[in-house]
Order: sequence, then structure tokens, then C-alpha cells
Amino acid sequence: MATAAPTTPAPGTGNASTRALLTTADTRRRLTDRAMTVVVSLAFAIALVPLISLAWTVVSNGIGRLSPYFLTVSMRGVFGGMDAGGIYHAIVGTVLVTGAAAVISVPIGIMAAVYLVEYGRGPLARAVTFFVDVMTGIPSIVAGLFAYALFAVFFGPGVRFGLVGAVALSVLMIPVVVRSCEEMLRLVPNELREASYALGVPKWLTVVKVVLRTAVGGIVTGVMLAVARVIGETAPLLVTVGVIDSINTNVFEGRMMTLPVYVFRQYAQGLVPCTEGATDCIATVNIDRAWAAALTLILIVMALNLLARLVARWFAPKAGH
Amino acid sequence: MAQRIDIKDLDVYYGSFRAVADVGMTIEPRSITALIGPSGCGKSTFLRTLNRMHEVIPGARVQGTVLMDGVDLYGSGVDPVAVRRQVGMVFQRPNPFPTMSIAENVLAGVKLNNRRISKGDANDLVESSLRGANLWNEVKDRLDRPGSSLSGGQQQRLCIARAIAVKPQVLLMDEPCSALDPISTLAIEDLMAELKDDYTIVIVTHNMQQAARVSDRTAFFTIEGTGKPGRLVEMDDTRTMFSTPTQQATEDYISGRFG
Ligand SMILES: Nc1ncnc2c1ncn2[C@@H]1O[C@H](COP(=O)(O)OP(=O)(O)OP(=O)(O)O)[C@@H](O)[C@H]1O
Ligand SMILES: [Mg+2]
Repeated sequence: MATAAPTTPAPGTGNASTRALLTTADTRRRLTDRAMTVVVSLAFAIALVPLISLAWTVVSNGIGRLSPYFLTVSMRGVFGGMDAGGIYHAIVGTVLVTGAAAVISVPIGIMAAVYLVEYGRGPLARAVTFFVDVMTGIPSIVAGLFAYALFAVFFGPGVRFGLVGAVALSVLMIPVVVRSCEEMLRLVPNELREASYALGVPKWLTVVKVVLRTAVGGIVTGVMLAVARVIGETAPLLVTVGVIDSINTNVFEGRMMTLPVYVFRQYAQGLVPCTEGATDCIATVNIDRAWAAALTLILIVMALNLLARLVARWFAPKAGH
Repeated sequence: MAQRIDIKDLDVYYGSFRAVADVGMTIEPRSITALIGPSGCGKSTFLRTLNRMHEVIPGARVQGTVLMDGVDLYGSGVDPVAVRRQVGMVFQRPNPFPTMSIAENVLAGVKLNNRRISKGDANDLVESSLRGANLWNEVKDRLDRPGSSLSGGQQQRLCIARAIAVKPQVLLMDEPCSALDPISTLAIEDLMAELKDDYTIVIVTHNMQQAARVSDRTAFFTIEGTGKPGRLVEMDDTRTMFSTPTQQATEDYISGRFG
């Protein structure tokens, strides 16, 4: 060791130069590392801020009015600042209209994706892809007006019932389903298709029992994302399904209430002008109901997501040992 | 019930690119035919024309005739699905279905085709196929485990069991041992020697010793340069090919002077 460079006295024995070689860290690199760690963590924290503050706002504002009573009654006969009324009718409407939209869009979407991935070639496939892309960008109110106009041709102006809303939501949902299923189907390795063909399995059975079966976890997730995307739509439902205070379980006839529209309506009604001294009048009851309904909607979307995860795990290829 | 395959004037294309040109050969029944040649000369491409797997690639097509007992596989009215039930295939990389158990993988050819099979018959078929593929003893206690839980060599034998479970007459193998250790390789070579009592086997291999060890006849393919089609140089009994080939190119390749 002829160098005069000061070496840090290392505890323990061992060749000092080797130790130096192994422990000396480039200070610049270490600083950069620190700085980048801070930046990345900060970015993550900033991304969380709106999410947490949103969750906090909705929960703190909505929890007060949320109760089993609130979830199980409608708004029938509720007026003014009455301490009554609930969202049962809106939950029913949301579930039915969104469910009907899913029943329409999921088969169409999956079959379109199968066509694009397994069969599509040439101008027709390109046209389908193009229109799917265009449809992804359609503003939701336009979808609502389209569905309304479509049904108005057959039922006359002013038509409003659940199915019209379901069709409007389908217009928004189909492209999302097609896109996500397409991605999932493309992920299925070609080897599996070939393995199936080589066993003398016809193409359609290969698609149904190998390709779709292998991709089913991803497809379920994609479908759930599409549902989550449309379940909060307000404008098209306002146009196509309307508003009502009582329960309607028939999607083929009569207006229905849905959760987002309910939130909108309650909030729009604003403060109740209570007469001074009235005991059973809550001035903020409408706004409280709006928050509680919003919280319910978020909880429903969360429950759907959990369900999707469970289903996806259930269908996932079993891991090794 | 193995059958002879006669190939005449076969040209194989990917779009406008001719990958294989002018192949004519006869594949004898109940024997092992080895295809050898440098990388990219079209061995896999040629092999896949024998069970019409080539055409599943977009734009791929075939010209010429492949006669199986006198019936042109590419003639009108011949169903590619039916062809593949007679001509099974084992791929270079093991590809068990990840969503199926070991037993279900063996039964895939039956199950995927929606064919009904009684539980007893299914169990018998699983056992006989796995025995045939020399895998039964290793997996008999865990037939309901996923196929992907096996080692690479076991997975490859599982794929062989899956292929012979549909009782094909011809078995095509594209470098079936290239990802395997010597012990699994030997197991598969032994297996081929047994299978040739019932099946016609065509195997692609890069391993000269393997070709010499297992095959009865050997075909040598080569390619003149990139962009040119691969061609069949010569085909003969394996012993003749490895001792006194008639073509200089064959001798150079076999003795390791190129490729
Ligand atoms: N899917 C494909 N599309 C277009 N060309 C292809 C395709 N597959 C193979 N080819 C071309 O066809 C020629 C023959 O390929 P092939 O895979 O048959 O070679 P090979 O003899 O099996 O080679 P290797 O020993 O490396 O497996 C090559 O030039 C290759 O680039
Ligand atoms: Mg190959």
C-alpha cells in the first residue's frame, strides 16, 4: 500500500484495499439514488392525495345518513325536510339498468373481440377496429340521445324506460369490453392454439375451450372495469330513464331511478326552507341523501371489483406445486 | 395401422416467400424418419405441412401433393381437422394446457372435442397413454395436479402422452428433446423406439447422434442462402447416410464442416 490516500479505519481484520473496493460507494451515485427515491415516493404520495381526500369527503359526508333504513325504502311520499326516504328504488334501478346493459354488451363485445383476434383479417376487421375506437370517444350524453332517438322512432317522443338506458350504456360499454377482451385474447400464447389444433380439435372448439378458457380471468376483469365505467353515468340515464320516486322493477316499462341520477336530483334540490321552530324539518336532508347515495355507489363499485378479483383468481391457471 | 406418406413436388410458402421448394420423399410406415439440416432450412415448415398445421399461419400456403395411403391430404374434400386426428404432433417446447390437470391434459383431445367418455374408459386411457409416454410411474399419485407443475422433461412426455391418446397413425416431433436433459432425452428416445411398432414417426433433430441412434431413415435439407428456399438434398437409410452419403453437402454437414 504505497498510496497516501486516507482510508477509513475498518473494524475487524481483512485486506483493507479489498474492503475499500467493496465498501466505498460513489457519493454522487448515492445522492442521485436518494434524490430519486424521494421524488418517486413523493409522486406516489401526491397521486394518493386526491384519492384519499375524495374517499374521506364521501365517507364523512355520507356515513351519517347511511343506514339499513336508508337502503331499504324509496322516496315515495317524502317531501320537504322530512327525516325519511331512502335509495332502495335507485339501487334497484342501477342494478337492473346496468345489468341489462351488461347482458347486451358482454356477449357482443366478447364475440367482436373473438372475431378480431381469431378470424378478422382485411378491410372488415380494420373497419370494426376503427369504429370501436371511434365509439370509445363518444360523449356519454350523445349515447343517451342516440338511444332515446332510436326508441322514439318506435315508441314516439318522450319515451323513457329502463331498456332505453341500458342501450345507451351499452353504446358506452361495448367498445371497452371489445378493447379489453381483445388484449386478453392476444395474450393467449399461439402454442396453445396449435397444441389444440394438433389434437384434431376444430377451430371453434379451440376458441371456446382453450382460448377463452385461458383468458377468462382477464376477460372477467375487463368486463367488470367496463361495468364500473358505466355504473356512474348520469347524463344518458337522465335522458333515457328519467326520474321517479317509487320502486319500478320492470325495465321494459316506466321510468326508473338510478343512483347517479338520484345523487344529482337530491343535490339539485338543495337546502330545504324550513319554517322556524319546525321540529321534524332537516334543512340539509337532500344534500345528506346525495352524499349517502354517492357513498353507496362507491361501495357497490368496490364490491364489484372485489368480486371480479375473486372470479379471476378462481379461473386463473393453477400455479405449480 | 401406420401408413405410408408420399410427398411429391411440394412447395411451401409464407405469403410470397417460398420457404421450401421441390420436396419429394417417401416416409415408410412403422419406422422413424429423421429430418436434419442447418437452422432455417425449412424442416419445421416442412413437418407442419404433413398435418396441415402450416395453414393456420396467416398467409401460409402449400403447393404439391402429400399422399397418405394414396389420399392427397390437400385434395378437395379433405378436412384438416380430420387430418390432424390421424397425424399427431409434439412441439419443440412443451405446451401443456395451463388450465388443465395432468389427467385432463392427457384427455384434452377427447375433452376439447366434446366427446363423451365414461369414467372408467377415461382412467384407462390416461393410464395407458402415460405408460406409453413412460411417465406413469412419476405422476400416478398426482394426476389432478396442474400440468405445469411438472419438470420440462416430464411436461414434454406429458405432451407426447396427450398426442398418442388420440391414437394417431403418424406422430410428428419437432426437436422434442432440444430443451431436455440427457436422461429425459434417453427416455424419449426409448419411447420412440417403442412407439414405432404402432406409429409412423417423423422427427426433426439437430442432434446427429440422436438421428443416428433412433432413426431408420434420414433426410437432409439445406438452404443455399438467405431468401432462398430450403431443399431436400438426399434421403436414404440412416446407416448409408451417415457412412456413405452420395452428396458432398451431406457429408460436410454430418461431419460437422458446416451448419
Ligand atoms: N411464421 C413464419 N412467417 C414467415 N416466415 C417464416 C415463418 N416461420 C418460418 N419462416 C421462414 O421459413 C424458413 C424456414 O423456417 P423453419 O422454421 O422451417 O426452419 P427450421 O429448419 O425448422 O430451422 P430450425 O432448425 O432453426 O428450427 C426460414 O427462412 C424462416 O425465416
Ligand atoms: Mg424448427
